[in-house]
Amino acid sequence: MDPVRLHYDISGSDFTTAGEASGKIKKTLKSLGFSPAVVRNVTIAVYEAEINMVIHAGGGAIDADIFPDRIEVVLKDEGPGIQDIDLAMQEGWSTAPENVRQLGFGAGMGLPNIKKYSDDLQIESEVGRGTTIRITVQNK
Amino acid sequence: MASEERYYHSVRLDKEKCAGCIHCIQRCPTQAIRVRNGKAIILAERCIDCGECIRVCPHKAKYAERDTIDIIRKFKYKVALPAPSLYGQISRVRDVNLLLNALRGLGFDDVFEVAAAAERISDATKKFLKENKDIPRPLISSACPAIVRLITVCYPNLIDRILPLHSPMEEAGRLARIRAVEKTGLTPQEIGIFFITPCPAKITAIRHSQENEKSNIDGAVAINDIYPALVSQLGKLGEQEDVQHAGRIGISWGMTGGEAAGTFSEDSMAVDGIENCMNLLGEIEDEKLPRVDFVELNACMGGCVGGVLTAENPFIAKARLNHIRKYLPNAMNRVGDGEFDAIVTEKQPEEIPALRLADNLQDAMEKMNRLNELLDTFPRLDCGTCGAPSCRALAEDIVRGYTTEQDCIFRIRDELAGSALKNAVNDIIPPPFRKKEQ
Repeated sequence: MDPVRLHYDISGSDFTTAGEASGKIKKTLKSLGFSPAVVRNVTIAVYEAEINMVIHAGGGAIDADIFPDRIEVVLKDEGPGIQDIDLAMQEGWSTAPENVRQLGFGAGMGLPNIKKYSDDLQIESEVGRGTTIRITVQNK
Repeated sequence: MASEERYYHSVRLDKEKCAGCIHCIQRCPTQAIRVRNGKAIILAERCIDCGECIRVCPHKAKYAERDTIDIIRKFKYKVALPAPSLYGQISRVRDVNLLLNALRGLGFDDVFEVAAAAERISDATKKFLKENKDIPRPLISSACPAIVRLITVCYPNLIDRILPLHSPMEEAGRLARIRAVEKTGLTPQEIGIFFITPCPAKITAIRHSQENEKSNIDGAVAINDIYPALVSQLGKLGEQEDVQHAGRIGISWGMTGGEAAGTFSEDSMAVDGIENCMNLLGEIEDEKLPRVDFVELNACMGGCVGGVLTAENPFIAKARLNHIRKYLPNAMNRVGDGEFDAIVTEKQPEEIPALRLADNLQDAMEKMNRLNELLDTFPRLDCGTCGAPSCRALAEDIVRGYTTEQDCIFRIRDELAGSALKNAVNDIIPPPFRKKEQ
């Protein structure tokens, strides 16, 4: 069975309208008939990662592979990278700039939420080179 | 394409008038319309009876099937149920009693205000929200039947968020019949209960109850149909009976925000316009509204005063409702002890899986892959010349087996590009689709 593959290029200009890719992935999962819980988990995890990508890295690329038993989403950017991943995983830790926080983003819940809503989260990051995030949600 | 019998719809097409243009297919929020052989087709599974196509059709080919006032003659005792939105339709009527008496003058023996029943629903909603803190929030109003249907088609995972209470219309019908039986001694079947409706979705809700619970209403007459007769009755009024029994909360249900205000909760909110409602439902799915307790959703802009079967500009109607309610008491109706259970719905609305590509995941994935491949070959202009509202909708129709790629004029142009017909084709097809040789 070939996975359903979706690809989105994300521009980093406006984070208030970000969420296009997670929205389209959600629509695809719904029309495939995945359970509400799986759809919700993937959508929320990808949305958080998509917002991060726009706020911190000025955009990037999102690839979603939908298999019958799991959904794998890879978000790759060429942004500043994450200095300390353990610290970034802590709830409430944020390096978002003030103007972003004023709009209610950058509460330091992005990465913790991705972890919470996914079954597996892998982060590879190199300072100055960029970050790649792999999110897996199992279809249980 | 789909079984027409299973889903009754008030919204219909007058084939004679349909010019085969693409206004409706592009406005329809659930992509439920296609154009085939010069005529629109409404897909019964997807249609939610919101009436947007009636609003937008320049040829008046879309209409709402409804009852004429003659229907009331079939019954011995006739009761009118005016929607709160009716109160805002007529100029210089500040006294609801006048309007209700004029309505009786059209041939009804009694009137029962839906606004009165709405106050009971407001009271029951408050109680339900308070006593069911464990149900995931926000809860969604069940009053707008187009929204309820939208959820069953497009947001089935939110079905359990729909407030399990009857609509004010159904509650009014139930109470009106009980009152009429008590007053007259007739049997319930001899009594005819008629809703004076601002929209087709209500008609559909009456004729095809979603919950498979039989409706308490025997017919629906459109506001804009009775409007002229109602206005002339107002001029002939003699002695009037005091029949008004709804307050500020009930009347406010006729416009956006009225129902939400009736919950007396700061964590309630109201949205109108079908697209805004869809955006909000998406946000609820993604758990982006954690602190909201209750959401009132109105398919029409302005709420029920914006319904397609009303007579007056919705903004004017809204201003009038604000005037009329000003000096009324907050509420004149409450749910008494032991009455609550009758207001609770027995069954949840059922999911209508119209958007799913296939019953099982394997088939659905194969179709999705084919759909995405097709979509890559389409121009993504959503021009509508194929009769589908978007390139994606066409791709979906193809993988469902309803039609073929030949529907796309761009595909035909490209296929003929290598043939001797190349230049001829370029001359014949409309300018937007021509390709200029470089």
